[in-house]
Formats: sequence, C-alpha cells, structure tokens
Amino acid sequence: MGSILYYTLGAIISFILAFTVGITYMGLDRKITARVQNRIGPPWYQNFLDVSKLYFKKTNIHQGIMQHMGAAFMMVTAVMALLIVPIFNHGHFFPNLNFQGDLIFLLYIMVFGQLGMALGVGQTGNPNAAIGITRGLSQMTGYEIPWVLALVALMIQYKTTSIVDLMNVQAETGRWLMFSSPFAFLAAILAMLGMFSHAPFDIMVAPNELASGPISEYGGKYLSILMSAGAVFMFAKLTLYVDLFMGGSSNLLALLIKTFSFFLIPVLYGIVSPRYRTEQAIRYFWGWPSLFGLLAVIQAVILK
Amino acid sequence: MVFNDKNSQKIVDIIENYARKSSLWILAYGTGCGAIELPPTVTSRYDSERLGIHFGATPRQADVLLITGYLTTKTLKRVIRVYEQMQDPKYVIGFGSCTINGGMYWDSYNTINALDRYLPVDVYINGCMPRPEAVLAGFAKLQKLIQAGKADGANKYKENLDWYRTNQKKVIPNWRMPEYNW
Repeated sequence: MGSILYYTLGAIISFILAFTVGITYMGLDRKITARVQNRIGPPWYQNFLDVSKLYFKKTNIHQGIMQHMGAAFMMVTAVMALLIVPIFNHGHFFPNLNFQGDLIFLLYIMVFGQLGMALGVGQTGNPNAAIGITRGLSQMTGYEIPWVLALVALMIQYKTTSIVDLMNVQAETGRWLMFSSPFAFLAAILAMLGMFSHAPFDIMVAPNELASGPISEYGGKYLSILMSAGAVFMFAKLTLYVDLFMGGSSNLLALLIKTFSFFLIPVLYGIVSPRYRTEQAIRYFWGWPSLFGLLAVIQAVILK
Repeated sequence: MVFNDKNSQKIVDIIENYARKSSLWILAYGTGCGAIELPPTVTSRYDSERLGIHFGATPRQADVLLITGYLTTKTLKRVIRVYEQMQDPKYVIGFGSCTINGGMYWDSYNTINALDRYLPVDVYINGCMPRPEAVLAGFAKLQKLIQAGKADGANKYKENLDWYRTNQKKVIPNWRMPEYNW
C-alpha cells in the first residue's frame, strides 16, 4: 500500500516537473526565434498564459466521441512515455516503471498518440486536418527508420533492451554513448529533428498552408490538453535522449542543462531552415540518417 | 466552507481575465484593405507577439475576429458563420471607418454600413486605414476592457440573437445557412 502511494506521488511530481519544464522550453523557443528575427518576442511564460487562456474558454465544441478521445490519446501517450523514461539516475521521488524491454515498449507507444490523434481527426471531417495528419504519419515513417536503427544498434551492442541498463553501462565505463557509439547518436539526432516537428519538418502543422493541420478543429480545453501533452511528451523525449546518450543526470541542474542543449538542436536548426515538403522530408530521412543508422548497426555487430 | 461566494469568484475572474487579455489569438479574416496593416503589426517592426497577440489558425482556436474594412453582403454571410464557430469568450474588432458608418462605401448597393447591427463589436479602430500604432492602441483598449470584464460581446450576441438574426436576414437575401452545432 505504501509503495503504491509512493509511486503515485512520484508520478504526480514527475508530471508537474515535465509540464513546467516543457511549457517553459516552448516559451523559450518562441523567445529565441523572436530574438533571431530581431524582435523582442513574448515573455518566457507566454505559453503558460496561452494554456490557461485556452483552459478558461467557456465553450468547447467537439464533433463526436472519437475527437474527444484524440486529445486524451495524446495525453495518455505523453504520460506513459514520461513514466517509462527514468528522469534521474537514482532519483527517489521520481520512480519510473522500468522493466526489461521498456525500450521496445517505448518505440511502440511513441507512435500511439499520433495514431489516436488520426482517429480523432478523422471524425472532425475537416479536410485540412485529414491532410495534416496524413502528412504527419507519412513523415513519421521517414524518421522512424533512423530512430529504430539507432536504438537497435544500441540494443545489439550492449545486449540489453532496458534504458536503466544502458545508463548503468555508461556509469560503469565512464563514457557517454554519444562517444562510444557515435553513428547511433548521429542517426538519433537527425531523427530527432523530425520527431520534434520543428521548422524544416513542420509540414504537419503548417499554420498558413493547412490551417494548423490536425489541430484545426480543436479549440478551447482540447487545445489546452494537446499543448500540455506536447510539452510533457517533449520533456519525456528529451530526457530519453539524455538518458541514452549523455548518461542520464544526477540532479535537477544537470537535467535542465542537458535537456536544454538537446532542445536547442531542433530549435536552432529550425530557425534558419525553410519548410520541406513531405516527400522531401522522407527522402531526407531515408538518406544520410538511415545510412548512419546502418553504420551504427554494423559497428554494433562488429564490436559485439 | 463555501468556495463559490462572491469574493472567491472575484479572484478567479481576475486570474481568468489576466490570462485572456495576455494571450489574444487573432483570426484575421481580411475582408478589406485593412488586412495589409496586419503583417507589419505582427512582424519585426511592431512585433505584437510581445503583447501575446499573434495569429490563430482557425476559428476554433482564435479569440479575436478582426473585420478589416468594408463588408459586402456576400462576405457578411461568411463572417457570421466564422464568428459563430469561434469559442466563447470571443471578441470583435472593427477596423476603419467602413465598419463604423460605411466610410467611402456608405451608399454602395452591396456593402453594409454599420457593423454592429450584425455582429457585436467590442472595439472600433478609427482611420482609413488605421496604422499599426492605431491597431496596437485598439488592442490595448480591448485588453483593458477584458481585464475589467466588460468585453462581453459574445453574451450580448446570444441574448439578442433574434434582433441580430433579423438584421442579418434583411441584407442577406438567400439565407441558406447549414444547421450546425456552435
């Protein structure tokens, strides 16, 4: 009984941390973009205001139960990913539901949210939303290839499918995986650009072209939930990258520094890039990133 | 202990209105010439994003409907549909003299003269056309109204729906609006 309460409390604390950090990062992203464009930009807490404004909307229209569930699927995926990924190396108040094989499980649930969103979007009947989610899923088939190849390379090389085991390997050898398996790191970083759907790969949510794509019929509290889910999911993914390639983090400051430096990669790459079309994005991901992924697998097989 | 008494409601209102006024998403419909004043307002020169004002993509997400200039009766029908699809609380800003009294189109056969006979307008911005400074001043006025809780155009529209519908049907001859859920 005590341990259940402990885990529940830990999950709530991790969620609050992920929400706060994720929303703050989204605000900092807007601030950085504004400074690059020689603007003053919104304050760093602007996204908190946006989320709360959307939450305080008085009417919330939905066209059916599946649209209602679409937002819920995204939130569930974000929270599941957050609970699987270890936030700290030996964090007491951040217990995670680690088990052997959670890396494979994570690969599955990371696409679950977008698939649920596709179901929800289908019910809105908005053509922009349908086009948007189609492009998003097509782009996902692009970046999933290098991402899966990178993770498979790590699994082969260290003979484990557990994230905590991979962190322990880095703690024992004293070398981060970004140095001991550099090709997997490169493939994962390039896949990350698509995963965050930042500027060159934001055809899915193109606000001027597609009227914001999948979320075009979501307003009010639904959009608030989707924004919060995006923030939590982003934090979970950043923490996963830190765990896999930078050996995890032992305290909050290290976590913030490491996740923010990972977050800067898609942001800074996005500011100076125009937008790729879907087929260009897929060609990009199936080119160099997949080659790096294959090299990583070969390296893993040889070094095994 | 009663949580729903007057004072706690007042505190909740202050918080809600603060969030609403600091994050206004525009749905720029772009009916007339005024739409050309919006790009300078939101880009580097006047940078309205520092006040939390930026473009929302669809009616479902937006808070403010900008009527940027004259409205033909044909466009009015679309504007009404867009306005009714927006989520409460929602605000309307009328740009320029065309929305106030018709402006240079006051005796035209197919434009409307006074916008607030058809939609509840919260703030008018004067000028033909208003410059970005005037647009930002208009937004500042709207923010003041929201903080004071006085920008309740959406409620006014719901309460006086019959009156608005009569006026709308008077100028729109073929009223064939789809039955949809707000």
